[in-house]
Amino acid sequence: MTPPTSESGEYPVTATKDNRQKFLERAMSRQAYAGHALIEVLHTAQELFGHLTPELLREVALKLKLPPSRVLGVATFYNFFSLKPKAEHTAVVCLGTACYVAGAPQLFQALERRRCACAAAEEAKGAAGPARLSVQSARCIGSCGLAPAVVLDGRILPRVTPAQLERALDKIGITA
Amino acid sequence: MTPEDLSDRATAELERQQGFRERLHCCTAAGCLSCGAEQLKRELNAQVEARGLSQQVEVHGTGCLGLCSRGPLLRRASDGAVFHELEPSEAGLLLQGDAASEQALAAKRLDPTHPFFAHQQRIVLENAGRVDPQQLDTYLAVGGYSALARAVSELSRQEVLAEVRASGLRGRGGAGYPTGVKWELVAKQPGTTKYIVCNADEGDPGAFMDRSVLEGDPHRVLEGMAIAGYAVGASHGFIYVRGEYGLAIQRLQGAIRQAEREGLLGPRVLDSAFRFRVDIRIGAGAFVCGEETALIASIEGGRGEPRPRPPYPPEKGLWGQPTLINNVETFANIAPILRRGGAWFAAIGTERSKGTKVFAVAGKTVHTGLVEVPMGTPLRTIVYEMAGGIADGGRVKAIQTGGPSGGCIPERLLDLPVDYESLVGVGSMMGSGGLIVMDEATSMVDVARYFMEFCRDESCGKCVPCRTGTVQMHQLLERFCAGQAGEHDLALLKELGTLLREASLCGLGQTAPNPVLSVLRYFPEELEQRLHQDAEAAAAAAPTEPA
Repeated sequence: MTPPTSESGEYPVTATKDNRQKFLERAMSRQAYAGHALIEVLHTAQELFGHLTPELLREVALKLKLPPSRVLGVATFYNFFSLKPKAEHTAVVCLGTACYVAGAPQLFQALERRRCACAAAEEAKGAAGPARLSVQSARCIGSCGLAPAVVLDGRILPRVTPAQLERALDKIGITA
Repeated sequence: MTPEDLSDRATAELERQQGFRERLHCCTAAGCLSCGAEQLKRELNAQVEARGLSQQVEVHGTGCLGLCSRGPLLRRASDGAVFHELEPSEAGLLLQGDAASEQALAAKRLDPTHPFFAHQQRIVLENAGRVDPQQLDTYLAVGGYSALARAVSELSRQEVLAEVRASGLRGRGGAGYPTGVKWELVAKQPGTTKYIVCNADEGDPGAFMDRSVLEGDPHRVLEGMAIAGYAVGASHGFIYVRGEYGLAIQRLQGAIRQAEREGLLGPRVLDSAFRFRVDIRIGAGAFVCGEETALIASIEGGRGEPRPRPPYPPEKGLWGQPTLINNVETFANIAPILRRGGAWFAAIGTERSKGTKVFAVAGKTVHTGLVEVPMGTPLRTIVYEMAGGIADGGRVKAIQTGGPSGGCIPERLLDLPVDYESLVGVGSMMGSGGLIVMDEATSMVDVARYFMEFCRDESCGKCVPCRTGTVQMHQLLERFCAGQAGEHDLALLKELGTLLREASLCGLGQTAPNPVLSVLRYFPEELEQRLHQDAEAAAAAAPTEPA
């Protein structure tokens, strides 16, 4: 990374400059580069770039005039922010109380099994790059009437069984 | 917009609505959306178009109709009938309106006299099924913003405060602090910069009332916040919403834009000298941010770590200024209180808990969803009559209220009337309103372990008792679940529980032991059973399976 050339943040800090950079810049300027808008800016940055790279964090720190330690501290405090690249598909198992007593742990296990199998197959093929499936858990997505629920690529699967879940994974090409 | 324009707009909208022969309200809350409400609505619109009925029938979205387990739901305005589990293919039947199609729909029709609906008294959710969250005028038509108009044009700040105090409303976030007292504390503070914060960081697993209000009736929350701003002398408000609630955020953003465009928020609220703006702050997945000082730290852009109180936020809150923090349901109660008077509100409920409470009923019951009941309703009525008891005739073992800060209540105590004091008396708490019903198959030790794991993960790490105490208690509970615990573990569990309660910095740590302590209180035999296994296992000298 080249050192920043401008105190005012007028010049791009990182070498890559595409549309996303411009959007991020606009988001920061809309907040008047205020330090207290850090979380909003990180939300935007993650939305644009998928995850928060060290370069991004440094850039945000510089523009908002915050110590990099503070930016990293905030980025790592909240579960929402990810410092690692996202997988191709994301499955979020709701582990709220209602889902938990309705069998969410079994769903989580089924997903984990599939993720491991899929990762092993990819490795055998020698494929590099981001993982194909990421399995996460959420602390209640607020759809308790539909327990147990899994959010697969942003879509809620209501009252899902492990078998239905496996079929849904087959459909998007995450095969065992 | 002036107060006169407001009533003109409301009348015009009412006339427009009366011009339709039929209005169909599709529930478009997150629950129904994930059961295909959007497809149903699209099909209805297409059919209306195809049949040339667009002058006679209106189809629009509305807030949560309550019975989330039977979605997608639809309410027919002409007779108030609610239909459940509709398929897009049934759209035609809904539009025909002849006897044959009514016959065909009979099985999909919910009985309005069913206790699930009949026992409800709706104040916070009164607009569900009447208002389209994306159309401001539908909110105006049911008297929306008239309370704010009256406040800014006719009432003094003192009169608004007096009305709220007279209502006896208490904070719906869980602790139950009297709202009127809190407002007066903030109003009394010197200085011109004050803030209003709406806590919409509904993090308790099993609670989704606030989400439903934000999704279904966002303007009501904005109106409540603006009235609060007027009463305490604040001109800037923040809504702190969970990042997980995408739809609620979207609806709120739309509502704020509409309200600003129409002059209901902004530099001259309803053509008065009062100015009020509202900004959204989106949470980033930290349960502790529901704690007020952590929430403030998060709005300021920092790590969501709590700080010791006092000073309390009404004295020193956001950026060190006096700050009023209430939760979504509290703000949602404000407009009706001003419209109908504090005395009307105070007549509902029990001696010390006034008004209604929205509960999110989930778990093993036949019906799950949102219910709004007057304070004082027995838990038994909610669980057995309204939610229909356990499916397949199973038995209720316990219910859990208050999420990870609350506790379980055994079946034999279900005659308890719901209010703040009675729930605390049995070792649980009102919490924000999650009510999870468990049957005989649920292991209470496992549930306690589940909540402790939650608190362990969500502890912010600032104070030692919470940071290490939750880890230790969780490990102990793991030992119980694996049948490896001894007598001393039971004693240690109790000791640690007391320590966390006494020594933690904020509510998260102080209440983290509650689920465990309530299992110790009501289901000690379940913990002791696990001990027994251990003794036997030790006697047999068999290697035990790790958890």
